[in-house]
Amino acid sequence: MSAHAADAAIPHTVEPHPVTGLPNGKFGIWLFLASEVMLFGALFSSYVLIRTQAPHWPPEGGLSSEILNVPLATVNTAVLITSSITMVLAWASCKMGRIDRFRLWMGGTIALAFVFLVIKYFEYTDKFHHGHFPSTNNFYAIYFTLTGLHGLHVVGGIIVNTFLLTIGTRLWKVDRDHFTNRVENAGLYWHFVDLVWIFLFPSLYLL
Amino acid sequence: MAETAEHSSPEQFKKHLGQYYVVFVALLCLTAVTVAVSYLHLKRPLAIAIALVIATVKAGLVAGVFMHLISERKVIYAVLILTAAFFLLVLLLPSLTIFEGVVV
Repeated sequence: MSAHAADAAIPHTVEPHPVTGLPNGKFGIWLFLASEVMLFGALFSSYVLIRTQAPHWPPEGGLSSEILNVPLATVNTAVLITSSITMVLAWASCKMGRIDRFRLWMGGTIALAFVFLVIKYFEYTDKFHHGHFPSTNNFYAIYFTLTGLHGLHVVGGIIVNTFLLTIGTRLWKVDRDHFTNRVENAGLYWHFVDLVWIFLFPSLYLL
Repeated sequence: MAETAEHSSPEQFKKHLGQYYVVFVALLCLTAVTVAVSYLHLKRPLAIAIALVIATVKAGLVAGVFMHLISERKVIYAVLILTAAFFLLVLLLPSLTIFEGVVV
């Protein structure tokens, strides 16, 4: 609120902090990802416990791969993997001083994230039409909780990436390295979201 | 490799883009393999082992190359080792319920 707030620059946005050897933002995002591992880890642990204690899995009989839509989820896996490389290329474009290329790759990343959510929407609505809700049984409770939380992370990624693609790009004109670091940090988060899906896909759909 | 990718000049940096594409293709191939294996309907322990090994390799590629963990600062490794330890604890914690009621 101070009039001098703008003068008090946050330190170590570009120059590494002497203790960590990293810019503060990057260290911060890694600590955040560590807490994310625990969030998803606790839910995954619950899944393992509930599943191993269940007499039948899924409770209604059959196989997970017969109940859930494996082809759609496979396409979604490819969509997320593709969005991960476009994210890396967006950051690489900043590194090479090509803000035009950055816009292209970042736009692609956001578009792919939307494709993922649209496919997820079709999966969800199909389940709802057949009367399958989180309250149906433990299988659907776990399926909706884990994929729902993951979906919220995709939405979060879209918000951050859209900021960087629009008003956030102003920083490029002021401090290229600082902006590039922001893109890198957003990328670290985005790759983590991809990483979570890499484990969710086989454990929920295929096994 | 990525150490130099992180700190190299724009011209040198271009050479490192190739490895991102290699990892991208590898991730797509491994996805195809894990789906194909699931249609074989192997015995559950074997199926779980194969699926988790493939997922771990994919995660390693994403973390190692896309998140350039193969050439990171020690402090990040320290954070991740601590995280991995607590993650394992959370995974194993439910198995303690087996001992419930056991009188020592």
